[in-house]
Amino acid sequence: MVNKISTAEEVKQHPAFREALVSLLYQLADDNFILSFRGSEWLGLAPQLESDVAFSSIWQDHMGHAALFYRMLEELGEGRADDLAHLRTPHEMRNAILTERSNGPGDYIVNPQYDWAYAVVRQFIFDLFESVRMTSLQQSSYLPLAQAAAKVAREKPYHVLHGESWLGQMIKTEEGQVRLKKALTNVWHDLGDLFSLGEMGEKMVEYGLTESEDFLRQRFVDRLRKVFDTYNINWPGELPKQMELNGRLGEHTDELAQALDILSEVYRQDPAANW
Amino acid sequence: MTTQVGFESLTEQEKYQAFLERLDRGEKIEVDDWMPDDYRQALIRLIAMHGISEIMGALPEKEWVPKAPTLHRKMAIMAKVQDEMGHGQLLLRVAEDLMAYYGKDRDDIYQDLFSGRLKFHNVFHMTAPTWADAGVIAWLVDGAAIVTQKSLLDTSYGPYGRVLQRICAEEVFHMQHGESIILELAEGTEAQRQALQEAVNRWWPALLMFFGPPEGNQLTKHQEKNLRYKIRTKTNEGLRQEFLDKYVPRIWALGLTVPDETIHYDEKQQKWIYQQPDWDEFRAIVNNNGPKSQERLRLRKSVFENAGWVRDILAVRTLATG
Repeated sequence: MVNKISTAEEVKQHPAFREALVSLLYQLADDNFILSFRGSEWLGLAPQLESDVAFSSIWQDHMGHAALFYRMLEELGEGRADDLAHLRTPHEMRNAILTERSNGPGDYIVNPQYDWAYAVVRQFIFDLFESVRMTSLQQSSYLPLAQAAAKVAREKPYHVLHGESWLGQMIKTEEGQVRLKKALTNVWHDLGDLFSLGEMGEKMVEYGLTESEDFLRQRFVDRLRKVFDTYNINWPGELPKQMELNGRLGEHTDELAQALDILSEVYRQDPAANW
Repeated sequence: MTTQVGFESLTEQEKYQAFLERLDRGEKIEVDDWMPDDYRQALIRLIAMHGISEIMGALPEKEWVPKAPTLHRKMAIMAKVQDEMGHGQLLLRVAEDLMAYYGKDRDDIYQDLFSGRLKFHNVFHMTAPTWADAGVIAWLVDGAAIVTQKSLLDTSYGPYGRVLQRICAEEVFHMQHGESIILELAEGTEAQRQALQEAVNRWWPALLMFFGPPEGNQLTKHQEKNLRYKIRTKTNEGLRQEFLDKYVPRIWALGLTVPDETIHYDEKQQKWIYQQPDWDEFRAIVNNNGPKSQERLRLRKSVFENAGWVRDILAVRTLATG
């Protein structure tokens, strides 16, 4: 059992603990930041006005969560939150591969050929994972993280419900089912590193910062199976264990580099300036 | 009272007379009330154009949503563009209610946009090449929109007026969001200030055009009708003067200039004297021949076409739940 730590100053007295905590916070911040970007590419382009407004609301929440975690990193001495979001190289990013995947062919300004089925399935799967992760983190030994997790967790039921309602819609027509199946296959392929805690994983668990990868994966599978049973969706098979790339180790696709170029285009003009 | 004899038994001419008397008493017309056909058509034209402009207006700004420089700015501009889409939704619903009388719906509005029958605001045909443009859009374009929309709050059509109340409240936040970006750039580095001045120069003619050509001594039939029906209460030039009153001093106060050496306030005439923009260019722009007209229409059209299967699955829900 680990003592709870309640301030950033205390953390700084324990370098090993700090290292594990910082590593975990980067995963949380980067996941939310990059996926919020992918969501924001949809803004103004969703299939109908009502879904545009609802979808955008979810990604605003995620950007807010990213800002929350980057601020916690700032408090721990990692540098300015905006620098952490905008100036790190792809290799320094710790987001899962699923979050960086593009929305489909084309550019978000000119001729986007985006896949709405993939967008809503990815949103649902990520938010279900986030819901599981936040439940776990509410017990974290770093109290500010536990409190942040409690705040984020309160929004999760709405996000999960949004994705679930689209699953429910898609199974109603043949074309919807075909699109759902294809989207699930694509999302499934990238699920491996979502549960990875990276190179500091064992320390994170030892220090009571989070529950283990296996525990999180199992709880996720249990919850997802229930949803799939409800909608009579076939289980796509084992979650991949062999990862081609592990985002938690800084391994990424070119899609992340492209995302970071866009995200930091203005800020990089002069990071020292006020914007 | 006319209602006591039974409104349905009145002749068309009597109904029309009763309608005008309601307007003159300051009453609001509701969707199920009797209204003359040209009133309905004028409302549909105005409200559908307003709604579709909000939706087309999301496109130049959305280009800057992912690029917004800081985490805070990213959240603020996401919220703003989402609001604009929400305004589009509210307005199209008001237009749809009026169009249902003719058996038409939202898809018809989009088809009219794609065919060029339905216009969108001139400002949204323009390019927005820098972050400073995103600031100027939120500050001055939204500022212009507030001037227009406030003047419509007292419109004779109740549902439009009520939607506008909410929209105006949100537009004030947008203008403040824009003002905050502008202040940061105006007080920033030389490069930031220069980008800002260039954006103001770029947008100035479009901002003057925003309110439409000056009426001079002659109102068009449309304008006369809109005023008589109390759909709108102010002229184009009246609105433009209000905008200049409010924003020219603010632009100057930031140490920026307006790209018009002749602009000044004439105390005797109590109005702004300014260089007229090229109104032929205005007509070309709103007829979808502006710098970005075709590109943005293509984008909107491809979104509509790609969403066909989603409309199909949502239609299944409508049938199932009645």
